Amino acid sequence: MHEALCGGGLRLRITPIIVRLHSSIPDFADGLLRLYGDHEILEPSGFADFHISLASPGGLRRWLRPQVNFIFDGFRPFKPLPREQAYPMFEWGLNWCVAQHFHHVISIHSAAIARGGSAVILPAPPGSGKSTLCAGLVARGWRLLSDELALIRPEDLQLVPCPRPISLKNQSIDVIGDFAMDCVIGLCYRDTHKGDVAHMKPPAESVERAAEFADPRWIIFPRYASGMDAVFSPVRKAEAVVRLAENGFNYAKLGPFAFHVLNRLVDQCQVFDFVYSRLEEAVDLFDSLFQT
Amino acid sequence: MVVAMQHEALRHELAILGEIFSSLQTYIILLKGAAYVACCLAAGRGRSFSDIDILIPHGRLGDVEAALMLKGWVSTHRNAYDQRYYRQWMHEIPPMVHIQRGTALDVHHALTPPTSRIRADTAAMLANARDIPGWPGFKALAPEDMVLHSATHLFLEGELEAGLRDLFDLEALIGEFSASDPQFLDRLVGRAEAVGLERPLFYALRYVQRILGVEFPAELLARTSDFKPSFPPLVLMDALFDRALLPHHSTCQDALTPAALFALYVRGHWLRMPAHLLIVHLLRKAFRREEESSPEGPEKAVRG
Repeated sequence: MHEALCGGGLRLRITPIIVRLHSSIPDFADGLLRLYGDHEILEPSGFADFHISLASPGGLRRWLRPQVNFIFDGFRPFKPLPREQAYPMFEWGLNWCVAQHFHHVISIHSAAIARGGSAVILPAPPGSGKSTLCAGLVARGWRLLSDELALIRPEDLQLVPCPRPISLKNQSIDVIGDFAMDCVIGLCYRDTHKGDVAHMKPPAESVERAAEFADPRWIIFPRYASGMDAVFSPVRKAEAVVRLAENGFNYAKLGPFAFHVLNRLVDQCQVFDFVYSRLEEAVDLFDSLFQT
Repeated sequence: MVVAMQHEALRHELAILGEIFSSLQTYIILLKGAAYVACCLAAGRGRSFSDIDILIPHGRLGDVEAALMLKGWVSTHRNAYDQRYYRQWMHEIPPMVHIQRGTALDVHHALTPPTSRIRADTAAMLANARDIPGWPGFKALAPEDMVLHSATHLFLEGELEAGLRDLFDLEALIGEFSASDPQFLDRLVGRAEAVGLERPLFYALRYVQRILGVEFPAELLARTSDFKPSFPPLVLMDALFDRALLPHHSTCQDALTPAALFALYVRGHWLRMPAHLLIVHLLRKAFRREEESSPEGPEKAVRG
């Protein structure tokens, strides 16, 4: 893997996309190896949706407080980060690539999980505990569709999975570490602008089933609140459309078309707010939701 | 779908511009993408926009700029050098941006810069402009002139960021017009000679054929072969355009591509400006500290 990354590029299938990756930063290669072990490495020559490079800048910053740049199709969309954050930069950058370019779907900032063929969309702004809840549910058998981007096909409202490492922040790194003893968690990257960040490897089964779409049946807005008992509260559908739009990446770009898709989506789903503090209790409640 | 939204936004902007210009009692000629969409041409289908290009009579420039500013458009490139570059040397006022909607508007008053070494008979082309059905007050260039203007824009400008897109425009325009009118290609050649745009037409046909594989009739190519440059030699222009008209991506480039792009950039300016101004201009651009658009961290950009 290291040679491919430094040389002609590593072509990796991260369904539904193919990424060509270049990097000579060893930490980045290690991160990939640890967390993308179940993703398919493809023949080096062939199509790639995104050409991504994690590269050291030229000049002084190669050596002095070294940095890393995220380069996409020859462009540098972001300011550089400290070199040790190359791996999280890749994850953030790839989210951006998908959010910026996937306009054949409606993309919402949310987690998405599934059981059987039925899916839950968990839209939430940062800090709501969405990723912790998502990681907990996935550790207890729910299929991971995405921890960051719900991709909704306008033609049939099905969710397009894109299972990738789940990003965990600060305390939730330890919480999930204790909750999911047999899950693989990558290195902890300290003092990023989001605090401490680590990633949980997606279950092999989620990656294997990445080509299977899922039918959204629930839209649940999660919120972590310390000390609170876990509870679902119904949300009015009109309000749900607005809150989904607020979390939309390409809602404004798609305009009325996206509005109508979200209306249809909300019509076919049950919609709740969900408050929780204890992960075990939350997971049990989700299981019972699925059974009803 | 994104393009459909953009076209809707374009129609909205055109409606607003139509009101402004009808009160000024002057026509607007739509150029390039805006014209293709308003005229429902194949070249407009699926085309995305970064700005709207319009052409207005030179004598009304002051009135038009004032009216636009009253309705919320502001000039970009506010330093004195850029203002002079655009107004005195090029054929447009600096691009304007609407302060609320963010729409970008390029207001031209000629089809080629006054200082250009290849001068089109703009007056003849404007005189032949047609009304656009469904858009009162708006005109578009006649089909032959639309093709010639597109060719001039692509092969005389130095910035080839959208080079392949412009080549597809040419192919779509020529294809659509010649399909509905068997005399079109003949008239196109005659018109190029009449308005002094033989060279851009030569390049247009050559590179649409070379890069997009379109076959033109042999007699057309025979007629236009006289339009080829004696200097620089065609083999050099092929080497430059074969590279510059491909997508600007590492998978489509070779070691000579950066040099080719630079050479065409300089050539574009040389064609548009007299030599003594060109050197000054290039030096200024090389040494001026450009304000880089400040990129955010990736996590912020995803609202994450």
